[in-house]
Amino acid sequence: MGKTLAVKIFDSHLRDEPFPGTKILDLDRVLCHEITTPVAIADLVWRGKDRVFDQNKLKVVIDHVTPSKDTKTATQAKMLRDWARRHEIPDFFDVGRNGVCHAIFPEKGYIRPGYTVIMGDSHTCTHGAFGAFAAGVGTTDLEVGILKGVCAFREPETIRINLNGTLSEGVYAKDVILHVIATLGVNGATDRVVEFRGAVVDGMSMEARMTLCNMAVEAGGTSGVCMPDMKTVDYLWDFIKGEFADKDAALADYRQWVSDDDAVYASTLDIDVSTLDAQVTFGFKPDCVKSVKEMQGTPVDQIYIGSCTNGRLEDLRQAAELLKGKQIAGSVRGIVSPATPKVFQDALAEGIIQIFMDAGFCVTNPTCGACLGMSNGVLAEGEVAASTTNRNFNGRMGKGGMVHLMSPASAAATAITGVITDAGSL
Amino acid sequence: MEKKFGGSAIFLDRSDINTDEIIPAKYLTEVTKEALTPYILEDLKLEGFDPKGEKLKNATVVVSRENFGCGSSREHAPWVFEVNNVHTVIAESFARIFRQNMFNGGMLAIELPKGDIDQMIALQQQGDVEIGIDLDGQSVTAKAGGEKKQFSFEISPFDRALIDAGGWVEFADARY
Ligand code: SF4
Repeated sequence: MGKTLAVKIFDSHLRDEPFPGTKILDLDRVLCHEITTPVAIADLVWRGKDRVFDQNKLKVVIDHVTPSKDTKTATQAKMLRDWARRHEIPDFFDVGRNGVCHAIFPEKGYIRPGYTVIMGDSHTCTHGAFGAFAAGVGTTDLEVGILKGVCAFREPETIRINLNGTLSEGVYAKDVILHVIATLGVNGATDRVVEFRGAVVDGMSMEARMTLCNMAVEAGGTSGVCMPDMKTVDYLWDFIKGEFADKDAALADYRQWVSDDDAVYASTLDIDVSTLDAQVTFGFKPDCVKSVKEMQGTPVDQIYIGSCTNGRLEDLRQAAELLKGKQIAGSVRGIVSPATPKVFQDALAEGIIQIFMDAGFCVTNPTCGACLGMSNGVLAEGEVAASTTNRNFNGRMGKGGMVHLMSPASAAATAITGVITDAGSL
Repeated sequence: MEKKFGGSAIFLDRSDINTDEIIPAKYLTEVTKEALTPYILEDLKLEGFDPKGEKLKNATVVVSRENFGCGSSREHAPWVFEVNNVHTVIAESFARIFRQNMFNGGMLAIELPKGDIDQMIALQQQGDVEIGIDLDGQSVTAKAGGEKKQFSFEISPFDRALIDAGGWVEFADARY
């Protein structure tokens, strides 16, 4: 009987099984940001256990509110900064070098096929795009991860989603994942790994795969995963070329992390994306999804392009293509947050930042900020946002505010008209 | 903090109650659990529910529907329950991270079938509902007026071990 990618990773990282079905895994990466980590640090200090299991396996960033906006957020940043220095953690990203965690860590080459990754952040599932098992955890799991390098999981079952057909023009990974969430429901993948397969995934860039895996948790999934292939090798090549003779050798090694053909799945879902339109959420749950055409004409107040879902170069390019030579509507505010300094610089070099500014967008530094309603674009009561982020919960981007999730292209089209707009109709 | 299971119940009769509703992101800048105390369930809009009301203040058990605690991984959600003396949450199902966070903190997350939750909610008509927990016997009793109902639940041996140890840090530290 064959094994899924997730089972292979579990088998190879198993430290202990204290009770049947409870797997204690060794961790390759423990990722940290300034919202959920300081409480773990404070608790470790209080317990007299202010230690780290391996400073080279910890990767640390200040990203949620940065630069700090007030005394409390400055304190959180300081706690993380002091801790990173105290333990000589080499990979710590502070103001000026920092970016959204799930964008900057892959970009630095920290995530590899077959890895186990945890972070005190629900969208850690993003990193499964590299063929890793990557799960969001709470602060206590994070604390034990930092101290001992282990985390407990239930034996994973996997839902396989075959994405077949061809994406229409103007339809992107974001539209696909919104459709998948609508199909599974917000708890359709609880305690499961969501495996994205099929020709559509094979054809996607690593950025697009990260967009897919990023929102697996919106269906309750523990981790999204894609199978490592030559695109994975290409993306990582600068970081791994010392380890392999050539790219083929790297690929041959990484293919050990592909699910077996006869692997057992909890369920399999076949989706033909050929007829899929651009998608958008309505209401306050990410599985409330319609086509953009059905929502066409809905007025919005703010457009936000950014986040760990859609703040990468490819996303900014797709938006800029539509914005080029145009102005955003007078009734809306446009905000774009390139997800990392590298994304910012590349976008600058390509002229994308200029296009955004000419169109009337505010360009912010790389940060989560507006995505969770903490800074850099918080909504007022009763306001509506068109956003490329991943959560439309009531009040997510500001108390009393409403969020419509969509792709960068749809967000750009909406910015131009001021009402929800299908990019194809422009 | 010594955990106490069972006690007087409050019913949040809706599915998919998310962690933003339990504790909004703007309070995530707090670095102590205690500071979260006043903000419990502040953004939850539910008919008849008042986050500042006596009912919630007196409750030590929360009972809800499906997919409780979905959304953000913030452990501030179980913490805000903990500091408000709510150490037991009973629901039809939980989001993975929230559920694990409860046990990691030595608290109790119990899953019961929809029919059982229906019966508990119906019991409210007899008056305030008092929940009793028998961990060893894995059973829950719900009492109101003169009526009493009993339901059985299952928790894994690992989750039970976490409760006995006082949480995951204690368990892991003793073992790894
Ligand atoms: S961009 Fe939004 S969803 Fe992503 S890590 Fe930051 S706050 Fe979370």
